Amino acid sequence: MSAGVLFDAPGPRTIRRHRIYTVVAGLAVLAVLAWIVGSLYDDGQFAYDKWEVFLTPKYLQVLLVDGLLNTLKMAALAILFAAVVGFALGVGKMSEHRFVRWPSWLVVEFFRAIPVLLLMVFAWYFIGINSESASFWAVVIALALYNGAVLAEVLRAGVNAVPKGQREAAYAVGLRKTQVMNIVLLPQAVKIMLPSIISQCIVALKDTALGQYVLAPGLTRVYKQIYLEFDNRIPTMIVVAGLYIAVNLLLTILATYAQKKFVGEKNPIDLTRAGNMDGGQNTGGAA
Amino acid sequence: MAVLDNFDLYLRAFGYTFFLFVVAGLLSLLLGTVLVAMRVGPIAVLRWAATTYVTLARNTPLVIVFAFFSFAAPVLGITFNWLDVHIGRFDFTAFFGAAVVSLTLYTSSFVCEALRSGVNAVPLGQAEAARAIGLPFGGVMTQVVLPQAFRASIPPLASVQIALIKNTSVAAVFGVAEATAQMRAFTNDFASERTAIFIAFALGYIVIVELFSALSLLLERRYRAAAA
Repeated sequence: MSAGVLFDAPGPRTIRRHRIYTVVAGLAVLAVLAWIVGSLYDDGQFAYDKWEVFLTPKYLQVLLVDGLLNTLKMAALAILFAAVVGFALGVGKMSEHRFVRWPSWLVVEFFRAIPVLLLMVFAWYFIGINSESASFWAVVIALALYNGAVLAEVLRAGVNAVPKGQREAAYAVGLRKTQVMNIVLLPQAVKIMLPSIISQCIVALKDTALGQYVLAPGLTRVYKQIYLEFDNRIPTMIVVAGLYIAVNLLLTILATYAQKKFVGEKNPIDLTRAGNMDGGQNTGGAA
Repeated sequence: MAVLDNFDLYLRAFGYTFFLFVVAGLLSLLLGTVLVAMRVGPIAVLRWAATTYVTLARNTPLVIVFAFFSFAAPVLGITFNWLDVHIGRFDFTAFFGAAVVSLTLYTSSFVCEALRSGVNAVPLGQAEAARAIGLPFGGVMTQVVLPQAFRASIPPLASVQIALIKNTSVAAVFGVAEATAQMRAFTNDFASERTAIFIAFALGYIVIVELFSALSLLLERRYRAAAA
């Protein structure tokens, strides 16, 4: 339902009423914005010396290379491993053998139900909290396991979304079980899954910020280094959040593009369901 | 075993997790409903404001939302120092308040999107009929569309709330002694038992998540039966 059906084309009185609402709402929004900006200004948060660091090439390099690049590296590695884990678990969940299906199901449900942060702390202590690379890998491993479990669900939903006739036709021409999966179902499923996989990248990227708790490198560490040196916690916070938002919006645009190109208007995989805990049973919605 | 010997601490930690979830869950449902009304409503300014808010909140890491409420909000004069409630062995202090507000603001943007998908699922004729009998926008929404949208969006809302259960763990980073913080403390003190400790805390989360998930399935079935 588009928003348009929820209300009539306004008549002259309604237009007048809406104009009043618009003015009042606009003033309210402006007041809130003015209050936020004003308070920050009064506190001296917009002073030049608090922002100077972001105009200094040397520090920009630290922010982008030590910060953003490390964060992206963690997210990319995590998604790469998550794809491997998700593929293995997803295929395992669709197996015809009970002794493969059940463990896969158990592993997927386990990693989807626990917080990434809990997993991260455990991985951190497990690898050894004293080495520098431990926190980096703790973040990567935790994100890979969690996102892998979600991608396993996405894979299952993607394969199920391939029209039934494809599988039947493949069996009819004499392909074996593995061939049906590899040659016919998976290539089509991957196309359907692409937008959901990109959305999962956004989740992984956002969750890299949790690395702060295990002292991981990336934007959150650079954030701390910068504000400790320049006493500009709030400006740094705004810049770091802006970087995250910018990358995420780029990924969103990419996901929308992939959706239009490969899938069409309606996504047959309902990610909210893939993220839901009812696991195996498909409760309507996604066909 | 460390967890069994300190079972009272374990329970208390999950108590905080549970309270964070319940309070932030209810508040995020409220705020999310307001946001969705703004997003589909006839006032362009509100539509624009809600869309901007949802886009920003959804794309910011939760840790940064928390950081904002711990460090930037005091500059705006928003502090939670007035919050000092002690119920039994639980202390609800400023940290708890900031955590609830951060979780609420973050989660409500997802609630808004879940509800919007529900609004989109309500058949066109429902809103048209509601308009035909002369209801204004507020009436169309509160009497006809939103009640049905709530039912249609129970599955996505449930997964948003399940995500919230897991997101309460971020409060550990900002000084609430909930389950993940307790797990880190235990692991620090009893390093040799780290795997057992991890499993014990994972099970605690799984119990909460599965209970909530069962509840939402129950609701979903009941409403589907009522609609049929």
